[in-house]
Amino acid sequence: MSAVSKLASRRRVLRGMLGGTAVTVGLPFLDGFLNENGTALAATGQALPACFGTWFQGLGLNPGYWEPKKVGADYEVTHQLKPLAKFRDKINVYSGMRVFLDGHPPKVHNTGAVAITSGGIPEEPKAFPSVDSLIADHIGTRTRFRSLEVSCNGTRETYSRRSASAVNPSDTSPLSVYARIFGPDFKDPNAAEFTPDAAVMARKSVLSAFKEERASLVQDLGASDKARIDEYFTALRELESQLALELEKPAPLAACTKASGPEEIHAGLVIDDIVANNKLFSKLIAHALACGQTRVVNLLFDGASGNCRRPASPVTFHIHTHEEPVDPAIGYQPNVHWFMETCLTGLATYLTELNNVREGDKTLLDRIVIMFGTDTGFAKFHSLENIPMFTFGGGRIIKTGIHVAAHGDTTSRVGLTVQQALGVPTSHWGTESNRTAKTITEVMV
Amino acid sequence: MKISNRLTTRLTIAAACGALALTSMMGGSTTFAAPAAVKAEPVSPGGPAMVRRLTPSQYQQIISDVFGPDIKLGGRFEPDVRKDGLLAVGTSGISVSISGLAQYDTMARTIASQVVDEQHRAALIPCKPANTRQPDEACARQFLEKAGRMLYRRPLTQQELQLRVAAAGEAATTLKNFYSGLSLSLAGMLSSSQFLFRHEMSEADPENPGMRRLDSYSKAQRLSFFLWNTAPDSALLAAAESGEIQTKKGLEKQVTRMLASPRLEDGVRAFFTDMLEFDRFANFAKDPQIYPKFTGAAADDAQEQTLRTIVDQVLTQNGDYRDLFTTRKTFLTPLLGSLYSVPVAKVTANGAPDQWTPYEYPEGDPRGVGILTQASFVALHSHPGRSSPTVRGKAVREVLLCQRVPDPPGNVAFNVVQDTADPVYKTARARLKAHATEAMCTGCHKITDPIGLAMENFDSAAGFRTRENGETIDTTGDLNGKKYNDAIGLGQAIHDDPATASCLVNKLFAYASGRTATRAEREWMAFMVKGFADGGYRIPSLMRQISTSDAFYRVKDQAEETKAADASAAEKK
Repeated sequence: MSAVSKLASRRRVLRGMLGGTAVTVGLPFLDGFLNENGTALAATGQALPACFGTWFQGLGLNPGYWEPKKVGADYEVTHQLKPLAKFRDKINVYSGMRVFLDGHPPKVHNTGAVAITSGGIPEEPKAFPSVDSLIADHIGTRTRFRSLEVSCNGTRETYSRRSASAVNPSDTSPLSVYARIFGPDFKDPNAAEFTPDAAVMARKSVLSAFKEERASLVQDLGASDKARIDEYFTALRELESQLALELEKPAPLAACTKASGPEEIHAGLVIDDIVANNKLFSKLIAHALACGQTRVVNLLFDGASGNCRRPASPVTFHIHTHEEPVDPAIGYQPNVHWFMETCLTGLATYLTELNNVREGDKTLLDRIVIMFGTDTGFAKFHSLENIPMFTFGGGRIIKTGIHVAAHGDTTSRVGLTVQQALGVPTSHWGTESNRTAKTITEVMV
Repeated sequence: MKISNRLTTRLTIAAACGALALTSMMGGSTTFAAPAAVKAEPVSPGGPAMVRRLTPSQYQQIISDVFGPDIKLGGRFEPDVRKDGLLAVGTSGISVSISGLAQYDTMARTIASQVVDEQHRAALIPCKPANTRQPDEACARQFLEKAGRMLYRRPLTQQELQLRVAAAGEAATTLKNFYSGLSLSLAGMLSSSQFLFRHEMSEADPENPGMRRLDSYSKAQRLSFFLWNTAPDSALLAAAESGEIQTKKGLEKQVTRMLASPRLEDGVRAFFTDMLEFDRFANFAKDPQIYPKFTGAAADDAQEQTLRTIVDQVLTQNGDYRDLFTTRKTFLTPLLGSLYSVPVAKVTANGAPDQWTPYEYPEGDPRGVGILTQASFVALHSHPGRSSPTVRGKAVREVLLCQRVPDPPGNVAFNVVQDTADPVYKTARARLKAHATEAMCTGCHKITDPIGLAMENFDSAAGFRTRENGETIDTTGDLNGKKYNDAIGLGQAIHDDPATASCLVNKLFAYASGRTATRAEREWMAFMVKGFADGGYRIPSLMRQISTSDAFYRVKDQAEETKAADASAAEKK
């Protein structure tokens, strides 16, 4: 039976059950919760779902201070990776990768960020889908949220997009994200009783009626407008299938506990606020993933232009990268280093939250692969060479604790590798010189 | 009040204002009348029929118009995208993402549930169901047909209406409540692409064989969003329905009525909010420890100050657009007064502080240079903690003169530019001069800095200063060859620069049509620019000129174009 027909019959079952009273329905596990490898779900013997995340921090790292010398396993923790030291065995470092411009005019900061996250440099106004949206298309269709996008810096910046006209904007408020995930519509996967919500069913049927109108709307449109209206209808179908999911009893997830409501704190570009918001988001995301609400999460600490700054200081991280002289005694820009360290400490906070969720002998961090995103190899000169690339976690999906040294390969190799690791059926990724078919086999299981 | 009544009231107000305007026109005082003799406009090929996503302010305004201003939206919008300097142009290129649609859906349900709640249903729903626990097809149809016409900016087709009525019925059965069912069907309509997007349709133009034009409802829509930033009202829809709007006389009648309406102010405000990039205030903050006066409230006041200055100049006074860069007249709040170091202490007769006070700077005061030295410009185009002559100069070029400034190249050392504590380079001018010794930087800095340096008397939060680090600030500069000593001179130079007026015409056209004019439309645009000058640079008369022009509604046959493109591609092969 196909997934669609399975859904349809399930719906019919539920329709019959709707009488307003609570019923316990013993529906089968959702397909999305079954791991392709068939490894056991810690508590119940069922498979745990693999997840994907992106972490974005602007302005790269200091060249020469983040790359380990030793290649392969047991690499040394470098000066700049100290905040992440305790996770070394769960981190893969990919050094020596770059973005190829292919003659495109460099839009400082933006070009690198877009190329790393979406595999190439699109001609404006076009855009390529970002790696997370390609993965979400594959693993995110059977969860309440196809993906979550949050940013810690108070802006709705995002590098997650399906196309130029369908961007997934970041949510900036932990409180609003909490309400979306754990508000009244949240169904505890471990609850014994499950009552399908009549209002959800009614909403779903109203929305379904609108799908029929697509044909008459697109008939006279040009190609690009047609694509935009199709994007709308894709979103409509997704909304509909999310509602369908809300009518089904979710699979139990032993590690799931409902997050407590966060306080609302100031969102802005002062680094203290970013750190505080990152902490709240990290916790929320850990709960959301543990409860199976989504399988794809994009967390932006600060954007490619690095506009964060210390309180009462007029000088942003970005300005420091361009203005601050390299201290000859230590070999790098001290203020810039401080900002980078703060970003990586924020990343460590995130990894810690995920790692604190125990799932049998492993943790939540072991079933999510998080890809690092930034925009440059050396911010002082907007360099697109030796861009710091990492993956964090995902020990159930890929090999971890490995340093892979590339020699001028495109950063798209990392994007291709994570897609394949998450089961996206693709043999290559990227455009022009940033196109690659070279999976990083060193980390593939 | 029922929808129809509400609309009638709105129309009555509009008609009354129209009458007033006509009276004043006859009196020969300030009016937005058409120029007496207009030369025939050059033929323009037109552009495609557009599909544009509603902006947040349009969405909000439509809901307020149709259901009343007390309906709360309860959600947030997907961010708009700026293209060619305007969000309005960006609306022609964006769609709706899944997370965006989830937000629209939340908003739609919040709105719809208020429309049918006990507080509003008597006023907004024109009938009562026979039994509130059951569907009532006739009543649902009556409501959905009326609301649908306003929301979709055209009558619903029979099939569409039938679908909405059936959806309301099915939901009412499931939920055992007529109003809940109706609310869900209405919410569906508010989340539908016909509401969220302005779909324009074309038809053959009988007056110009071989050419196409917008159909009457699309024409009404384009006109209404242009002049009022909202959906057509009932009278405009009626003019579309009867076809009156497709006649020259009928169109002129509608344009005259709309220009005389107080809603024109909404349209003008929306245009300038877009052109001056006020959306950027949403992600904007001044460091409170450096600029304690520049709070969120001050940022709100700063935008309102500029919009009030504009409305007063271009609508109330019906004055010359270019005077916006020289006028000494503005409006202040006590908060802004403290920001600009201007005492604002006026109180009303009963002693309550008057929030907005008209204010005129004395002659020769560099703070009184129209909107140019207001916080909405100098503070918006600055770094969070310090001013930037380069950023401000770039903003003048791009926002006001439509001149593109290239991005900075890679591999640039910025060390000296912004180190405000540098003991050698005390002022921004000195720092920039040191920086511009780099040959590859000089070119661009030459076109931005002499503009921005004239505004250096204003710090990052628009506070007035004459010295930086103890050194007197030198505000001399030049714009396209015209030299000046300070911001007043810069304002005059912008006023006199031909690019100022032509930029406005180009932006207004792009704003109204959702796309930048093409090369083939140059002659027509030049005609519009000349018309703007001949009319004394008055914006309402420019709006009339654009909205009564054939070219504004002409549609280029896309199918023909595709064929031509295919043919040329085949030829190349």
